[in-house]
Amino acid sequence: MIHCYQFREHNIVIDVNSGAIHLVSDLMYQLLSDPTTVFHFPKEDVAEATEEIKALAEAGMLFTDDEQITTEMLEDRGAVIKAMCLHVAHDCNMACRYCFGDTGAFDGPRSLLSLETGKQAIDFLLAHSGTRRNLEIDFFGGEPLLNFDVVKALVAYGREAEKSYGKNIRFTITTNGLLLDDKKSEFINETMDNVILSIDGRKDVNDKMRLTPGGKGTYDVVVNNFQRFAAKRKGTYYVRGTFTADNLDFAEDVRHLASLGFQNISVEPVVTDSSKSYALREEHLPRIFQEYDALADQYLDAALRGEPFSFFHFRIDLTQGPCVVKRVSGCGAGTEYVAVTPEGDLYPCHQFVGNPEFLLGNVKDPVFENRLYDRFNRAHIYIKDECRDCWAKFYCSGGCHANAYHSNDDLLKPYHLGCETERKRLECAIGIQAVLATQA
Amino acid sequence: MKELKQVKTIAQPTLKVTAEKGCGECQTSCQSACKTSCTVANQECENIRRR
Ligand code: SF4
Ligand code: SF4
Repeated sequence: MIHCYQFREHNIVIDVNSGAIHLVSDLMYQLLSDPTTVFHFPKEDVAEATEEIKALAEAGMLFTDDEQITTEMLEDRGAVIKAMCLHVAHDCNMACRYCFGDTGAFDGPRSLLSLETGKQAIDFLLAHSGTRRNLEIDFFGGEPLLNFDVVKALVAYGREAEKSYGKNIRFTITTNGLLLDDKKSEFINETMDNVILSIDGRKDVNDKMRLTPGGKGTYDVVVNNFQRFAAKRKGTYYVRGTFTADNLDFAEDVRHLASLGFQNISVEPVVTDSSKSYALREEHLPRIFQEYDALADQYLDAALRGEPFSFFHFRIDLTQGPCVVKRVSGCGAGTEYVAVTPEGDLYPCHQFVGNPEFLLGNVKDPVFENRLYDRFNRAHIYIKDECRDCWAKFYCSGGCHANAYHSNDDLLKPYHLGCETERKRLECAIGIQAVLATQA
Repeated sequence: MKELKQVKTIAQPTLKVTAEKGCGECQTSCQSACKTSCTVANQECENIRRR
């Protein structure tokens, strides 16, 4: 399978199964995408291009098959849990209008994780991590800073507990920033591998969605806190926003966040029920694509000028990306990744929390048997009809299970709008690398 | 392969050569920044043998 597209003035051909990517002449591009249109090219050139296509195919760089992938590779990976989204607070000091977590409560009672349950969650992760050395815990909510003493105690506990297992836990935290004072920042800076700072962009955009429970905008307080944090941050961090139908010009929001001094930016399409006025719909796609193009321009300009600017979805490593197994097995929700509520309940990921159909058990259970393991483990790109024939499968790895479930009531039917935006982002990301390669 | 005139290859066929069982040490995609999608292509490989 190949995918041909144009980016700026470049003709790009992706050999899907091998991962080879080529920049080709106009003639070869037409030969590969629509051979009936090459009659006006000189015969010798057509012959040359045809020969070169053959040579590439023989070298395993064009029209490659995917026989390297076996069912064993996909389905026999062993039930090992290596990443945990730890909901330290099912409560929030904001009431964002688009919150997928029911403004923090996840359709349950408002509650905070106790230190004891938190320790049991860490023990659970360590005990179920098999031979994996690198483990991850993301302190999530709700708003985790509402329960910061427990976060601190759990980091200390994790650092101790990992020793006896010979593991390395990487902690991350996702925060709305309202309570991010200097003291907390200092602790986070020292202990967290990655930090996600939630903000949507321009003040009017942010303050339309991200409100206090009393209905006040949060931009001013949060920007101030995030800027102070970012100035001192030594490790990785991302400012992470959401765009909705109300700000389809979200490239402006990315630009705004960059102008505030933030270097790593991620702005994501809203995940919500389609009845909401701000939900993204198919008719928005042309506009969304235009914005990704604008962002690609900005990304390229910054890269060519050597300026630090990183848009999460455009980061791609074409020389040493993840291995094939990672690429076919997807996000790991329900297999190697779980979410834990303040009560200790286990779910396949943060977006399934609160749905009884997906309750997997509790960290306090003496024995844990993941009853949904097969269901999630088998939800890979070779099972899903749409993915099997999709050129983006080795970059996307099958999309978000939660989006599939919430939009189509079926883990195996990807969320169409998500696929369209994913493919567009990937075309941009690969296109950017192509342009940079021609400049090198 | 002799030099090709109509093609410049910008990414080698890495997917073929990396087909093993996978060491699983890499980061879980959704944890890294977005929490709403699972692009893996922008994740880093942590396998020291491949570096
Ligand atoms: S873009 Fe959609 S169809 Fe393609 S691999 Fe991803 S989820 Fe599957
Ligand atoms: S199902 Fe979706 S939200 Fe959940 S971990 Fe996977 S990509 Fe992330």
